[in-house]
Amino acid sequence: MKTIEVPALARVEGEGGLYIGVKDGKAVEIRLDIYEPPRFFEGFLVGRYLQEVPDITARICGICPVAYQMSSAYALEKALDVRVSPPVRALRRLLYCAEYIESHALHIYLLQAPDLLGVPSALDLAAVAPEVVKGALRMKKIGNEVLKAIGGRSVHPVNACVGGWYRWPDAAPLKALLPELEWGLEAAKECVKWSLTLPYPDLEIAYEFVALHHPDEYGVIEGEVWSSKGRKLPVAEFETGYIEEHVKHSNALHSHTVDGGHYLTGPLARLNLNHAQLMPAAQKALKDAKLKLPLKNPYKSLIARAIELVHFYEEAIALIKAYAPAGPAHAELTLKAGEGAGATEAPRGLLYHRYKIDEHGRVQFAKITPPTAQNLPRIEEDLFALAPKLMKMEQEAATLTAEHLVRAYDPCISCATHFLKLKIESRE
Amino acid sequence: MAAAPKPKVAVYKFSSCDGCQLSILNLEDELLDLAGAVDIAYFLEATRTEKPGPYDVGIVEGSVSTPHEAERIKQIRENVRILVSLGTCATAGGIQALRNFVKASDLAEQVYAHPEFLHYLDTSTPLSEHVAVDLEVWGCPVSKKTVVEVLTALVQGRRPNFPPSPVCLECKRNGTVCVAVAQGIPCMGPVVHGGCGAICPANGRGCYGCFGPSGAANITSLVNINQSLERFAGESALLIRNFSGYAPAFRKAADEAARLARKEEAK
Repeated sequence: MKTIEVPALARVEGEGGLYIGVKDGKAVEIRLDIYEPPRFFEGFLVGRYLQEVPDITARICGICPVAYQMSSAYALEKALDVRVSPPVRALRRLLYCAEYIESHALHIYLLQAPDLLGVPSALDLAAVAPEVVKGALRMKKIGNEVLKAIGGRSVHPVNACVGGWYRWPDAAPLKALLPELEWGLEAAKECVKWSLTLPYPDLEIAYEFVALHHPDEYGVIEGEVWSSKGRKLPVAEFETGYIEEHVKHSNALHSHTVDGGHYLTGPLARLNLNHAQLMPAAQKALKDAKLKLPLKNPYKSLIARAIELVHFYEEAIALIKAYAPAGPAHAELTLKAGEGAGATEAPRGLLYHRYKIDEHGRVQFAKITPPTAQNLPRIEEDLFALAPKLMKMEQEAATLTAEHLVRAYDPCISCATHFLKLKIESRE
Repeated sequence: MAAAPKPKVAVYKFSSCDGCQLSILNLEDELLDLAGAVDIAYFLEATRTEKPGPYDVGIVEGSVSTPHEAERIKQIRENVRILVSLGTCATAGGIQALRNFVKASDLAEQVYAHPEFLHYLDTSTPLSEHVAVDLEVWGCPVSKKTVVEVLTALVQGRRPNFPPSPVCLECKRNGTVCVAVAQGIPCMGPVVHGGCGAICPANGRGCYGCFGPSGAANITSLVNINQSLERFAGESALLIRNFSGYAPAFRKAADEAARLARKEEAK
């Protein structure tokens, strides 16, 4: 194998390139170039009114806008000492279920599966296996339909606000989606079985997994930040355990733990840390899969996503069946100066926000730590681990295997506004 | 007679959130037909396959906010017959154009420890400030319906048919009671491009202008009304300086409102 260079990665969200420099049969330089332009969200949020923040931060990522709306809402509610009512919270779970369905179905079938099936895209796959792709699009569409029924549209839905919802969505359009969701649940179970048959490259990494954990449910909103190394932190103390640094010579903010290690956030971390809290059908799918947990192969995050798909269809069905809006759609906000942090699990990993606001409700300070910013140092380390294997492969196969690794992380490069020209040189 | 060759379509991403490209992949019912009707020659979010240009249609999501993008849009213009700006970033600079009203380097310093490593322009601008654009499609994000209409029209070789009416009219059509009149909520609906389906008023909130200014609207007059409805100081100004804030009509109205406010103060 010679130097691997992929100037523009395909089937990822955002723009990035990959470079692996080889000398004397060894990888001497690995670089994930993120040329996604900086957009300065944390800068221009200053001075905006707090109720605008969920709408504005949604525009950080078109694939996971709900994650941005939810993390910002929780952080700002914390700053105002506001707790949302149980029905408000239940509808937030449902909105999030819908985003997981849409995002995971997109990633499994349209972004990662082509690598495992040896085709350039799902459109090419449709030429040989149209039923698979049609089923995938149907699965994905259900998530988008639920988003639309709650928030008016699937990308940047408009109903969520600090304190809850602008209005309760009508129950009828949601309940009308139940038969499709039931179909989706069955399709997701099949998806898990299918995911077990795919030819994943061998790679096992001793990760530190980090995910939100909630005592009563599969952690997505609220809870504590748990690590597989035993670190358990309330969200408000996230920054005492996980540090972003602008590293010299690298042009980038790296996330690392206080101990200096890189960590993994996302579906593998959630599944490994929180699998006991999956809903029954997802538990059964996991049990039938006979997987040895923790799953340590980054390529197999596809399997974790498939199991989560089962969970989120199942939870969405339960939430819609129970949906009977009662009480105010949003909490009354009393403005005061304050500071608050919030974290939720975006489909691709932990998303942390912290804001300071003044007594008029204007943002004075914003900090956003997206999942991909936390995972990028990990991706590079994985590429180094993979390098000896790549050296033995033909050029095209090696390039594909490296690209596939990056894609398996489901990186959201538009989110990782902090990463520009990440560069790691060989460690002596 | 041989079938006409399928139009070659390229989809590009500039400074953006990906949501408008995603609106293409979100055409779950139409995507496979679309793939049959056009030759998707370049669309990195969807496929590794890159067919060489020139292309019949280039669809660009995102604004121009880096030196590289300023060059790249010129190359793309050379390489496509019809250039389409997809979404509010491409048509008006997007939310990141908020930097245009302040010193961009101040923002960079706020966010990054070493802003000197960054490559960015002081402004985030629409494609039309750099090259000739054949079709502008508004929306943050663009609506699915609009995307289908654009693609269908391109395949059929006709001009797409967009609703000429503002959000305000979509509310009337939907039977949504006016949030400004009935509840006193500031709303941009009367001066904003329709096409979203007036989903914000339908959800009990005012339009925040993500589809950009509609033609020939008296924006200054609406800003005055919104000022009288403000629920907190400065609400109307934030509303206009938002997702489409850099659109010329909104810029002009914001300046005009500031001038009037100064005049009022001087009295």
